[in-house]
Amino acid sequence: MAGSYANSGEYIKHHLTNLTYGQKADGSWGIAHGADEIAEMGFWSINLDSMAFSIGLGVLFLWGFHWAAKKASSDAPTGWQNFVEMMIEFIDESVRGSYSGKSALVAPLALTIFVWIFLLNLMDLIAVDLVPWIGGLLGLPYLKIVPTTDPNITFGLSLAVFALVIYYSIKIKGPGGFFAELAFHPFPKYMMPVNLILEGVTLIAKPVSLALRLFGNLYAGEMIFILIALMYSGGIALGIFGGFLQLGWAIFHILVITLQAFIFMTLTIVYLDMASQTDH
Amino acid sequence: MNFNATLIGQMITFAIFVWFCMKYIWPPLIAALEERNARISEGLAAAQRGQQDLEEAEVKVKESFNEAKAQAQEIINQAQKRANEIVDEAKEAAREEAEKTKAAASVEIDQQITAAREQLRQEVSSIALAGAEQILKREVDAKAHAAVLDDLVTQI
Repeated sequence: MAGSYANSGEYIKHHLTNLTYGQKADGSWGIAHGADEIAEMGFWSINLDSMAFSIGLGVLFLWGFHWAAKKASSDAPTGWQNFVEMMIEFIDESVRGSYSGKSALVAPLALTIFVWIFLLNLMDLIAVDLVPWIGGLLGLPYLKIVPTTDPNITFGLSLAVFALVIYYSIKIKGPGGFFAELAFHPFPKYMMPVNLILEGVTLIAKPVSLALRLFGNLYAGEMIFILIALMYSGGIALGIFGGFLQLGWAIFHILVITLQAFIFMTLTIVYLDMASQTDH
Repeated sequence: MNFNATLIGQMITFAIFVWFCMKYIWPPLIAALEERNARISEGLAAAQRGQQDLEEAEVKVKESFNEAKAQAQEIINQAQKRANEIVDEAKEAAREEAEKTKAAASVEIDQQITAAREQLRQEVSSIALAGAEQILKREVDAKAHAAVLDDLVTQI
């Protein structure tokens, strides 16, 4: 497993590095080999593996659900149709429970977030060495298959949600109302700067905590998978022990990935609900 | 943590996916679910109505059954009464007929008695006449003495 790497540190580092495309220090465009090259590429580079798996899984979700949506009827559902309707009902119930306003956007948004993040997290359960090994055969130096262990992906999601929160706040309360909410609360008006700082932090904390919670959980989970995988190179006894650990952690992780997807969805709904409530 | 353009790419992808979901996935599915909900509650209501109708029908059936039974009993009673009446009428008619026959018979008997009596009287009168003829030794004109003779006949 880790045999082809110089040491275990290298192994871990390799498994946690993205396949990044961008402009190298010498001015040419290409795939980065190593963390230094990635750092040199700066902001205008792109993690090909994250994007590919993210888009691929998203399209898979949309394709599967769209297939069910086309066949949707009020007759007795079967198989996949049944599963999709169960998901829809579950999301609809969650949205009804947390979101008090009326919006055509929130429920589909919650559905997309839940299913998509679940699928992205699900990649965590694929054996850590399998895909990088296939990538290696294809000539790719790195291949990190869990997009949610890439902060770009989690922040991409949370910033999009944050943009919606701002949009809804301004749309429903008006720019003045939104500013009043930030400036005249929790202390009286003459303490406005303090209020602004406090409420500003609260506001900013929303997307940051949303993104970091998901990223942290999945990154840590992936790290533990990699550490367990390292045990395979430590002899037969340690390898078998590692196998059991791997199985146990994987079963536990099924819970974690579902829970993280659910938390992300629920918090999104709650934030949007707070944004569309006029009385504070 | 290296932030790069993946962040923007993910945001755009996210926006497109949500838009697609909002446009093509959510509405038909939720519409189908709502339609099914409506159909199920309709079906349940219909089932309840059916149950109620059945109960009502059962009550009605019982009622009409009892009514029919009562009617049948009445018809039987009437028939019995009528039968009795017919028997009575027949008896009456028979008795009347018998009386009539009896009366006719007695009338005939009376007539025969009267006729016999008449005959007897005439024979007696002719015997008396013959006796008187012989006593008087001469022909008596029957025609001249008819009144006397008739008087005699009535006296017999």
